[in-house]
Amino acid sequence: MVTIKELPKEEYLLKGHAACAGCGPSIALRLLFKALGNKVILVVPACCTTVIQGPYPFTAFAVPLQNMLFEATGAAASGIAAALRIRGLEDVTVVGWAGDGGTVDIGIQALSGAAERETNFIYICYDNEAYGNTGLQRSGATPYGAWTTTTPTGKKERKKNMPFIMAAHRIPYVATACPSYPLDFVNKLRKAKEIKGTKYIHVLTPCPTGWRYDASKTVEIGRLAVQTGIWALYEIENGKFRLSPPSDRLIDKSKRKPVKEYLTMQERFRHLTEADIEKIQRWVDEDWEYYQALTSMERCF
Amino acid sequence: MARIVIDTANHIAGYAAKAARVKVVAAYPITPQTTVVEKIAEFVETGEMDAEYIRVESEHSAMAACIGAAAAGVRTFTATSAHGLALMHEALHWASGARLPIVMVVVNRAMGAPWSIWPDLSDSLSQRDTGWLQFYCADNQEVFDTIIQAYRICEDERVFLPAMVCLEGFILSHTYMPVKIHDQDEIDAFLPPYKAGWILDVNNPVTHANLVSPEWYMEFRYKIQEAMENAKKLIPEVDREYGKRFGFEYGGLVEKYQCEDAELIICTMGTMGAEAKIAVDNLRKEGLNVGVARIRVFRPFPIEEIRKLAKQARMIATIDRHISFGMEGFLASEVKASIYPLNDKPLVAGFIAGLGGRDVTFKTIEEIAKKAWKWLDAGVVKKETVWVDLRE
Repeated sequence: MVTIKELPKEEYLLKGHAACAGCGPSIALRLLFKALGNKVILVVPACCTTVIQGPYPFTAFAVPLQNMLFEATGAAASGIAAALRIRGLEDVTVVGWAGDGGTVDIGIQALSGAAERETNFIYICYDNEAYGNTGLQRSGATPYGAWTTTTPTGKKERKKNMPFIMAAHRIPYVATACPSYPLDFVNKLRKAKEIKGTKYIHVLTPCPTGWRYDASKTVEIGRLAVQTGIWALYEIENGKFRLSPPSDRLIDKSKRKPVKEYLTMQERFRHLTEADIEKIQRWVDEDWEYYQALTSMERCF
Repeated sequence: MARIVIDTANHIAGYAAKAARVKVVAAYPITPQTTVVEKIAEFVETGEMDAEYIRVESEHSAMAACIGAAAAGVRTFTATSAHGLALMHEALHWASGARLPIVMVVVNRAMGAPWSIWPDLSDSLSQRDTGWLQFYCADNQEVFDTIIQAYRICEDERVFLPAMVCLEGFILSHTYMPVKIHDQDEIDAFLPPYKAGWILDVNNPVTHANLVSPEWYMEFRYKIQEAMENAKKLIPEVDREYGKRFGFEYGGLVEKYQCEDAELIICTMGTMGAEAKIAVDNLRKEGLNVGVARIRVFRPFPIEEIRKLAKQARMIATIDRHISFGMEGFLASEVKASIYPLNDKPLVAGFIAGLGGRDVTFKTIEEIAKKAWKWLDAGVVKKETVWVDLRE
């Protein structure tokens, strides 16, 4: 387990990037490079990072970055990984870095294909639970009840469980993370780097612009997501499910904060009724019963 | 050693990819292209070809994987047809915009609905404006030679654009012909290893294809147009050099047959161009001075050569295995646009033939030419677009 002091001082996400104030994904990006260093080739589809990098002829990235078509991250990464293999460059890590739209919706085919082909890369979904780049429309990762510009009275369906979909591909490593727990994220990235094959990390990245909260509260919101149990931190390594330290104690229901605390901090949920909140709380509790069952299994996928 | 192989155009395309020392192949099957990628899979798995073969889950991913691999510095190849090509459409723009010299075989097939597995050129011609070079082949030997030439042209720093090498489904794709597979050392001498124009390199990081404001975007587009113009000059040079080395030459951008004294020039593409030669031989026996201009390269379009032909001929009859709905055949439009600045223009008549694989024999072409010749005598084109052999 790495400590904050042990993290490298080098920055590969440079100052002057064009993210919004309080941008959760930009924190995650910075941590990504702290964990992996600069021997990384990044593939980025249409998403907020298209903007974060800054307009030509400038860039905020000190690693090679290939911008890619919205739905094609997984496939382009397969091509890059194949070329690196041909060229004998074994010390370069290919990273697909895509938003929730480019992962759970339009990009799922290419990602699923890459995983099935056992492409050697790390795929990271940074999930701000909507199409942030186009001004906040609902995605398959938008949670139940959330306001977006295309769900003006709140989304009526539940969030797609992408980490489990990826785990069902029987890839060697799946994990969830949140930049509010930076060392947990860094450790998961470093572990992923050492594993051969397709590694998938799903990072919940709060978005002040879209979730409608004060830009200074990003880290706090992320913590609450974990502390209420609405976002569980876990790893699925070779099919074995394991809760990560910030979350594992929350198996005990009394240790979990009520989801209401998390929901009421964000204006995207402000129209929720008490009944809605109770329903969400019930779903979270059910999820945790499920996690408990999975924890006791030798292999869940 | 050079050897003669009797095989289908699709298998020959596989031989060419091997001979070009392609390093990454990403492909998805579709009739009538499938046997191209089957042949390559066989080469890779038996170790005859030193390449990575990515069995992707869609054509969109095939092109995306080729883009990734080319950007990471290796020579890439794919092949597709019809709906697969249409699914790739977005990625085709990305490949040319990223200036990656990917070579793709397109086995021409008609588009649905209704389903058809037989050929016309509507799949590849619909991709006219994607910034890809487009070659159209008339026989299996030309398929082999054009693939080798295409890499040489695309990878030239004055070009750095991707290319489609098109061949008609079944007419060529599944038809056996003898083909000379040239000596590997000689091919290596003609086509040196791929030197990328830019590369994803951790020691020299670049952000590629990020957001470009209106201040810069037009310059990127202009560069592609400039590259097309460069390709137009380079293609005949490469074809001539290839001819000297290997004995096969295809007229550069346009293959001309009996055009010197022709009053009527039949202008067409692909296998209809080969068939038209027989028609011309027969028509000349009847005393009609007819020639053929087979458009071998559709992008960049050989405007100057068409103008030269137009100055000498009294009429050009285009035969399109394609229709641009609401207008006419692409070739008819392109030829007319090419000759517009001339003061003394020949007549242009447009014929639509062979859609969805309907047979177009030399006899059909003779009938087309005879109809055109009547209009030539009358000094007027009586019907601007004629659908040949249409069941009414």
